[in-house]
Amino acid sequence: MSLANAAPARPASAGRRLAALWAPALPAIVFLVVFFVVPVLQILQGGFFSDTGALDASQFQRLVSAPVYVKVLWTTFGISLATAVLSVALGYPLAYWLGMMTERSRGRWVLWIMLPFWTSYLVKTYAWMLLLSRTGLLTTVASLLGLTGESGALAPSLLGVLVGMVHAMLPLAVLTILPTMQGINRQLSSAAEILGAGRATNFLTVFFPLSLPGVAAAGLLVFITCLGFFIVPALLGTPRESMIAQLVISSVLELVDMRFAGALSIVILLCSIVVFYVYDRLVGLTSLAGEASQRNTGGPGWAMRLLYVLGGVLDKVFAAGSLRARRAGVLAGYCMAAVGFLVLPILIVIPIAFTRTAVVAFPPQLFSLRWFVEFIESPVWQAAMVRSLAVGAATAVLAVVLGFGATYTLTKVSGRWVKPLFALFVAPLIVPRIVVAIGLLYLFASFGMTGSDLGLVIGHTILAIPYVVVTLSAGFRQFDWRLDDAARILGASMFGRLRTVLLPLLAGSITSALLFAFIVSFDDLTIAIFVSGGVNTTLPKQMWDSIQLAVTPTLAAVSTFLVLLITVIIFASSYLKTKGSR
Amino acid sequence: MFKLETAGLAKRYGDTDALLPTDLQVRSGEFLTLLGPSGSGKTTLLMMIAGLVAPTGGQLMIDGKDATYAPPGQRGIGMVFQSYALFPHMTVRDNVAYGLRMRRTGSQDMARLVDNALGMVKMREYAHRYPKELSGGQQQRVALARCFAYSPSVILLDEPLDALDKKLREHMQLEIRRLHQELGATFIYVTHDQEEALTMSDRICLMNHARIEQIGTPVELYDEPATRFAAGFIGQSNLLAGVLEQAGHFRAGQSQIPVPESMGVAEGAVSLLVRPEAVEVTAPEQGLLQGEIAEVVFLGNEVRVIVALPGADTFIARCGRERQPRVGDRVGLRWDMARSRVLHR
Repeated sequence: MSLANAAPARPASAGRRLAALWAPALPAIVFLVVFFVVPVLQILQGGFFSDTGALDASQFQRLVSAPVYVKVLWTTFGISLATAVLSVALGYPLAYWLGMMTERSRGRWVLWIMLPFWTSYLVKTYAWMLLLSRTGLLTTVASLLGLTGESGALAPSLLGVLVGMVHAMLPLAVLTILPTMQGINRQLSSAAEILGAGRATNFLTVFFPLSLPGVAAAGLLVFITCLGFFIVPALLGTPRESMIAQLVISSVLELVDMRFAGALSIVILLCSIVVFYVYDRLVGLTSLAGEASQRNTGGPGWAMRLLYVLGGVLDKVFAAGSLRARRAGVLAGYCMAAVGFLVLPILIVIPIAFTRTAVVAFPPQLFSLRWFVEFIESPVWQAAMVRSLAVGAATAVLAVVLGFGATYTLTKVSGRWVKPLFALFVAPLIVPRIVVAIGLLYLFASFGMTGSDLGLVIGHTILAIPYVVVTLSAGFRQFDWRLDDAARILGASMFGRLRTVLLPLLAGSITSALLFAFIVSFDDLTIAIFVSGGVNTTLPKQMWDSIQLAVTPTLAAVSTFLVLLITVIIFASSYLKTKGSR
Repeated sequence: MFKLETAGLAKRYGDTDALLPTDLQVRSGEFLTLLGPSGSGKTTLLMMIAGLVAPTGGQLMIDGKDATYAPPGQRGIGMVFQSYALFPHMTVRDNVAYGLRMRRTGSQDMARLVDNALGMVKMREYAHRYPKELSGGQQQRVALARCFAYSPSVILLDEPLDALDKKLREHMQLEIRRLHQELGATFIYVTHDQEEALTMSDRICLMNHARIEQIGTPVELYDEPATRFAAGFIGQSNLLAGVLEQAGHFRAGQSQIPVPESMGVAEGAVSLLVRPEAVEVTAPEQGLLQGEIAEVVFLGNEVRVIVALPGADTFIARCGRERQPRVGDRVGLRWDMARSRVLHR
């Protein structure tokens, strides 16, 4: 047979290659569009248009014309802004300190940031209630020093709200700034040193400007998370510190006014979108995943000149004074204190859980296990626990299955698709949770799915996908794709490669992603409030319901259990990670 | 007086010596290369000269003054880093101006000096670009301009051409030589590439196992290596293991080779060094050694043959294009004894 007669096998058509590239991400894309994008758009539509389809701004008029509502809006912005500024300012030195460490000791210290980061907001807030209440530890100390006001308690108050919010958000700020700082080339500061820069000038003109994208990302994430926050102001604040999310909850659950809730959600949503748009213009969205910023971060000339001058002045001051040697000590001391501020308040729940009395007071009357027994034997708590575990496990699996395909496509597509895809996958992290919850409530109401476990799993999966994608992206970035090519040349099919190469080598990050997704679900209150209905409650929902009735030691027992669970998960995940990297 | 001098300068990390106590004298205006494999201590020595690593012992003098613990910015040095370390948030102009700013140079002088420095590396048109908008070679030029813009009298270069491809590398070697001549500053250059060291240096300081192995001009190092390591690291070499019997007789296996007495090495186990280009391929009976051609390698301008000697040794020889050696031919190998060296084993 001559060569000319043999027809060459047709190369796979462009269409088929495109399909192979996009198919893995398709389930995740469809899932997010149906359960997240469409419902959120429906809220927008419902807020701006009446049932007949005519443009209708009456809901907003109602919002703006009532002074009460306007005040709530301003309070929300004020508290969110203050929390963002404080969290970034307090977190910056901590992130700097962690960034300067060797890989090993950083790994150890970051665990102490992860612990408060993943501890349920409810547990953290409950701990502050214990500390700041009339009989709490800090109130007792403060009154001995004569610092308490006429009420005799440190909370509820604006101070209580701010302390609770900053405590809740500081880990997020630190963990967002840290990757940017680690990405800064250490040689740059050596170069500046040789060029003659003093330490202050060196820091201010080289390190500081390069760390700003991380600072911006942290401020932004904290601000937006705060916009939709309700746990802290509801439990540690007075009615004067009411925030917009509390208004949403009461208009849905008490007033059953869905249109007004929609309008409120729109306000939150639009604020987030505006803030994010500005952020993307200035810094670039993908820097949220720890990638280098695509923008030139030179900033305006006058700002740099100011930093040069400031550096020069500070260097003169430092050179003259005896501060030189003590600076490292001051930084380490501050950081230890900050870690203490993050971790110690949470631990207050442990002694309270073992108290004998039914009154939560400090010091507790030790030692009794009655509150643990009560927690374990109560059918309500039992049911809530089982539901939380089951929903968490289902969420973890679903989110990782969807997120794995999504991340695969994300790492393989050409440049211009990366940004919109990434934006879609992390959007649930960016859109305040309460907006997602309201959207789902709309959607499920029309299918009669409210109160079902499936609804909960769907809602939690939406929230977990961003964490899964970001975690897996880190693993995929380190993965050597030539191994996949090698397996293909050796004759492995797509599923064969997945089974023998991809999954075993990515096992570490997949495990982390599963754990993250589980915690997101296990910890969630917002979706549970709106979607789980009255009967089928989850552990956080049950805590929320009983915390509002009375602060009992049972809650401390539950909190202790949760803190221990999170600790085990975090240390297990860190162990798996270091084992995987060896 | 030397430009720069170390006396017993040393660095230990825990139980490991990064640099054993080292004495080194650098003359004003010379181009000195620190050459050695990774872990030989060359980068540690450079970092201590720069002041980025604090020594654990010894002294460093610059211009006769003690500078062992002086801050890096006050040593009058400039440095080009391996990854260039250009500030990514500053334009080319601001990068080059940084050192001048730190020295409180007036704005008119600064503009002139920056222009001048950029002109010397032919980068004036790129003054307003950011580093990431430049190619690797261009970034390299900016890094050079930044380091000499404020006229330091010593310039340190830490494997600066490592990231460039071969062709650009050769071009930049010449550029750096030219800058050295124009600036008249003392250059201390770190590399692990022996060819680069031979091309560029006035003197080479060869380092191994955290100490200096040998210092000399490129010709000295090539022609008169002091140790087996020096012979092996610089250029290609045949090292024939054997025994030096009564003065003048080198025996390797069955072969007896007479060597000149002047080489000044005591009797015992030694190695005989012969550079491949000194070896002539002859008929078997005319050679000092006999063997069989094991491999013929065509290199364009010449042919290299690898000859298997009795036993397991091999010998590399160069061969003109006119001869046509074939694998399996029995040949003799001959060389001018004056071009070989006897080295301690």
